[in-house]
Amino acid sequence: MNLEFTPEEQAFRDEVRAFIAENYPKHLADFGMREDMEREDFLAWHKILGKKGWSVPAWPVEYGGTGWTPTQRYIWSEENARVNAIMPLPFGVSMVGPVIYTFGNAEQKAKHLPGIVSGDVWWCQGYSEPGAGSDLASLKTTAVRDGDHYVINGQKTWTTLAQHADWGFFLCRTDPSAKAQEGISFILVDMKTPGVEVKPIKLLDGGYEVNETWLTDVRVPVENLVGQENKGWTYAKFLLAHERSGIAGVARSKRGVEKLREIAAHESLDGKPLIEDFDFARKVSQLEIDLAALEITELRTLAGEQAGKGPGPESSILKIKGTEIQQRLTELTLEAVGTYSAPYHGGVANDNSNEHPVGPDYAQYAAATYFNMRKTSIYGGSNEIQRNIITKMILGL
Amino acid sequence: MDFNFTEEQGMVRDGLSRLVREQYGFEERRKAIASAEGWRPEVWAQLAELGILGMPFSEADGGFGGGAVDAMVIMEEFGKGLVIEPFLPTVVCAGGFLKHAGTAAQKEEHIGAIVSGSAVFAFAYAEPKGRYDYADLETTAKKDGAGYVLNGHKAVVIGAPWASHLVVTARTGGERRDRSGVSVFVLAKDTPGITTRDYVTVDGRRAAEVYFENVAVGADALIGAEGEGLALIETVTDEAIAALCAEACGAMKVAHAMTVEYSRQRKQFGVPIGSFQVLQHRMVDMYTAYEQAVSLTYLATLRLGSDEVERKKAVSAAKVGVGQAARLIGQEAVQIHGGNGVTDEYAIGHYFKRLTIFDSEFGNVDHHLKRHVALS
Repeated sequence: MNLEFTPEEQAFRDEVRAFIAENYPKHLADFGMREDMEREDFLAWHKILGKKGWSVPAWPVEYGGTGWTPTQRYIWSEENARVNAIMPLPFGVSMVGPVIYTFGNAEQKAKHLPGIVSGDVWWCQGYSEPGAGSDLASLKTTAVRDGDHYVINGQKTWTTLAQHADWGFFLCRTDPSAKAQEGISFILVDMKTPGVEVKPIKLLDGGYEVNETWLTDVRVPVENLVGQENKGWTYAKFLLAHERSGIAGVARSKRGVEKLREIAAHESLDGKPLIEDFDFARKVSQLEIDLAALEITELRTLAGEQAGKGPGPESSILKIKGTEIQQRLTELTLEAVGTYSAPYHGGVANDNSNEHPVGPDYAQYAAATYFNMRKTSIYGGSNEIQRNIITKMILGL
Repeated sequence: MDFNFTEEQGMVRDGLSRLVREQYGFEERRKAIASAEGWRPEVWAQLAELGILGMPFSEADGGFGGGAVDAMVIMEEFGKGLVIEPFLPTVVCAGGFLKHAGTAAQKEEHIGAIVSGSAVFAFAYAEPKGRYDYADLETTAKKDGAGYVLNGHKAVVIGAPWASHLVVTARTGGERRDRSGVSVFVLAKDTPGITTRDYVTVDGRRAAEVYFENVAVGADALIGAEGEGLALIETVTDEAIAALCAEACGAMKVAHAMTVEYSRQRKQFGVPIGSFQVLQHRMVDMYTAYEQAVSLTYLATLRLGSDEVERKKAVSAAKVGVGQAARLIGQEAVQIHGGNGVTDEYAIGHYFKRLTIFDSEFGNVDHHLKRHVALS
């Protein structure tokens, strides 16, 4: 056992660090989470990485993967987090991509994988419904076979960034008589198909990142079915396990802790930097300790993957702890910012928009981020559902 | 010992509860926040009419003879409806300074106007670098003939965009963070030299940065003794904290009730999610935290008239306990509402936001734990 990087791994780190320094778009440096991001901002780094051949490191090499070891992938995400890079979105890269190369046919692979690799095609996820959240298998959207088409009807919700999406992957009920999990199919839908309607949902932080997606008599060619009809639940579960392991966000949280320390060094209490206050400093250290544990837990999971084990139920630990840490980080950031957590930026204020926002720059999005990140313990299978998974799959209860 | 409310207090509660229920629905509140004014002056006028704005003033001062318990009853009802109108800065803060230290002339000039609803106050105490220390002031008031000249920058002054008057803290002597040398002034917001930058707060209220540039005021603007304002500020802000805790209790009560109701309605796996024991116990923990918060709010309110150490310990205890409960209840309420909890459409997210900002007003949990330690 050994935590040190080998000389080869150190050389790799230097190489990717230099590449990021030279190629990451300057105007998006240290961008963080912002409400005013445009479609092109999300895609800029993805497209550069697509050209370099680094946009889908975890994929098999034949489909565009880099062939990096888990350690190299870890180094890669660390180095990106150092500059707070806007990474390729997960919907194509970590979700539908792996489903297509694992369960799709040759035509589907040829048609869809290159667009995900290059960043030219934006994907969204049509899973949840108003009545099917934690109980996803109770979904009601139907796909009825009509000649060489499926006709899809239903309503999806929480479709993240669907306002920009070119394609979506949808779970639809194809056998209404089967048991809940057994009549579901995994279908790819061109979002420009007539009958697809995307309506934005305003979130409590004031931003728009999720949508309701309405499907009314949407005709989709049968060749858009991935794998076998009525076997979609298997693919959905496969995808969710992939989604969970990415959800830990360790590298990004590490950068967040650094930022928190910078903020706390700038804020003062009793004439001294806040970070010198023992009560506050111990909370930051506690967070760092939790994060250190999670980092090693994730590396152990990655090592397991390297040894040939796919992401299993233990990825639920990564999801639970990863999101708890992300939320705690936003909580402490809010606390550090103090009084200036209250102003709302981008609201209806009769404020002169050319003026610099009130309060320090780092305070601007502290409350919005805190509010927004409450979603993390709800999405991707709520943390209650993750605990149920561990109860069942690991404890065997 | 008596935890009952008087008949009059019961009537105030019922009247206010009806007003909030009938005229302060969630959609009306949303409209008011989005409007240019950002509040509802007609509601303010109604509060004056109902006698709410005059409740905590003595009859001699032109009020209705109520006290801290009345303020608690009122603020709790406001909390239930997330009322944004500036009762706290106007009646509790400015009113408190006037009651405790105002001259006959100052009371004469301002209390009647507060009671009738014609004067609205904001309390400008926080500064960009002062955190929660009322003595950590960079704003100065220099003696100039008989009067003073104010210079400085006050941060996140709640209700300032709506205010006709300001109560301002400034240093008339001593060094930054000295206990002595702090003074309190009352002045009209349109006094020459005052500029404001108005904005919305994340919990739907309005606030401003207030800048003072060579603002000349007469000696009659000073409330209390020059340089000895800190004890007065602590007295008034302790009253404000007790009232604020009552507001948070009202908001927590509704947030908890909404969550329990949602868990009854929302079905997953063929049953209401409220039938899952893991959620039941968490809602029980929320309930327990709420009841403890109510107790601490009573304690603080009833100790406002005690000696200084007792008062401060009780108030800090309440700000700590209510702050912790507000965080727990706000976060859990959103979690149990699932995706709906993080939308703008559902009311619960708005309760969560108000309960979040509560912690940063008049000192957060850590600040008051420290104060409690220092007094113990």
